[in-house]
Amino acid sequence: MAVINLKKYAGQGQAVALFGTFLPDNIGSYPNVHVLSADMSAAASLSRYMYQNPNKFTEIGIAEQNLVGISAGMASEGFTPIAIAQAAFITMRAFEMNRQYLGYMKNKVVLVGLNSGFYLQYFGNTHYCLEDIAILRSIPNMTILSPADAGEAVMALDAALRNDGASYIRLTGGSQLRTVYNEYCDFVIGKDIIVREGRDVCIFATGACVGNSIEAANILSARNGIEAKVVDVHTLKPFDTETVNQSKGYPLIVTAEEHNIIGGLGSALSDYTSTKGGFPELLKLGIHDSFSRPGSYDYLMQQHRLTPELIAEDIFNKLQTL
Amino acid sequence: MTTEKKIELEKLSNDIRLDIIKTGYLSGIKGAHFGGCLSLPEILATLYSEFFNYHLTDLEHRDRIVLSKGHAALALYCVLYEKGLLTKEELETFEQDGSNFIAHSKRNLVKGQEFSGGSLGLGLSHAVGVAYACKLKGLTNRIYVIVGDGELNEGLVWESLLFANHNKLNNLTLIVDHNHLQADGTIEEVMDTAPLKEKLASFGLDTQEVDGHSVEDLYLALSNPSATQPSAIIAETIKGKGVSFMENKAKWHHGDLNELRYNKALKELEDKDNGCY
Repeated sequence: MAVINLKKYAGQGQAVALFGTFLPDNIGSYPNVHVLSADMSAAASLSRYMYQNPNKFTEIGIAEQNLVGISAGMASEGFTPIAIAQAAFITMRAFEMNRQYLGYMKNKVVLVGLNSGFYLQYFGNTHYCLEDIAILRSIPNMTILSPADAGEAVMALDAALRNDGASYIRLTGGSQLRTVYNEYCDFVIGKDIIVREGRDVCIFATGACVGNSIEAANILSARNGIEAKVVDVHTLKPFDTETVNQSKGYPLIVTAEEHNIIGGLGSALSDYTSTKGGFPELLKLGIHDSFSRPGSYDYLMQQHRLTPELIAEDIFNKLQTL
Repeated sequence: MTTEKKIELEKLSNDIRLDIIKTGYLSGIKGAHFGGCLSLPEILATLYSEFFNYHLTDLEHRDRIVLSKGHAALALYCVLYEKGLLTKEELETFEQDGSNFIAHSKRNLVKGQEFSGGSLGLGLSHAVGVAYACKLKGLTNRIYVIVGDGELNEGLVWESLLFANHNKLNNLTLIVDHNHLQADGTIEEVMDTAPLKEKLASFGLDTQEVDGHSVEDLYLALSNPSATQPSAIIAETIKGKGVSFMENKAKWHHGDLNELRYNKALKELEDKDNGCY
């Protein structure tokens, strides 16, 4: 098993941490791994890995459907393929292939979606990916991981490679992500991590919104004396209902995600709570079913009120109405 | 090919057709994809009798036969039954509630089913991945993929062929069941693929055209795969072959048999069985 030292990845973007550092350092721990890319090896920082492991890399070209098909065929022969493409295209263009080859046929492929959310900034709406969680949640046998920072991305990849069945790892935020994890923690697929304790409001966040929510919680604490609990939902499927059960005594639950509020974390949580009694009201922070006015990452996160300042403001305002 | 062998394969082809009609009739008004199943028997008989290397005790080294035109699963079940991989009881669960043997086959290696087919174009991409993986593993087996000609409308087919050529997958044989009909009409009317031989050749496949109902021609074509490139065999076939009222009729892509038609189909195939091959 690979030894994971998160200090190595501090300040790195998630893709650099995974494919520029972690995988080439630890390839010996994953003997069946084979990396495939849809013309994304440069974007995924794979040059060192490819140089050191020329026989464990295959280029597919700009063909995400075929990327998933070839990967699935290799998986059926005992390889553990890591298939890398832009998040928007590996999940949406190849959706049926993901359902057929991975969900239905149970081929173990680790899909890696680069630049999910808004990270492709000035490329515009064709390249933003705010639907991946929603659509992949509807595929049986699919694990969905959405790590909060580079270190957690490393833990997620390690877990996905050791897990049975297909996984999707959603990478966001580039090097602008706030660091959440400085040390290896017990990362278990389907088991949320409580990253901040608090008694006044309970925030469930995923991806880049975990760091932003911790920062928002610090603002609420300093400014208003409100103590927010923050839960890192790194696994959207299978969904951890245990941490949700623990939120029953709070006046308010909040979900924060860089994703359409239709079908994402907020939906997954309310899919569960709406069938049970006794849960508090839910405030869903995310993209409210709209395309965006393109700009910088920070501009886009502000536009959709997902910066720490605006998350804090929306939670404070909501709490005033209760 | 000896005369005895030729007769044996032709008889097997006819038996597969009889199985298709009998099993399809059992499904009642649910119907079956008769047309696209009946264009395949000579291809399946030749492939499974003369080329398919498959032992339950050594699945790793087996040849892989992927039926990408998944709607012809009934023809696959019938050849697997004739070859002893499926029992009569299993075959007769075709399209019954909860059966493993529905209109589109589901991957089940111990029953000889390599791929969960159904959505067109997906079998080839998977099979190309399998062929690539088998080469990486140093296996000397062969991967056969059967695609329909309507299926060639799908873009994923051509993405897969680009990859197969780029990686010189000489362990891959693509068989096109070229029956010239798809659900809405002839290939030529719906979406013309001509010149198909030139198209496949330009994608780097060593391509032969054969009479897909001649077991001799198929045997010869399958015997000589390219040593350096992926191979393709365009099998010219007749959709609905062997049953006069189904031949070259787009509407028999999927249909159901009433008793009168069932008896007529059966009689035509049994007459052929009693005649000479």
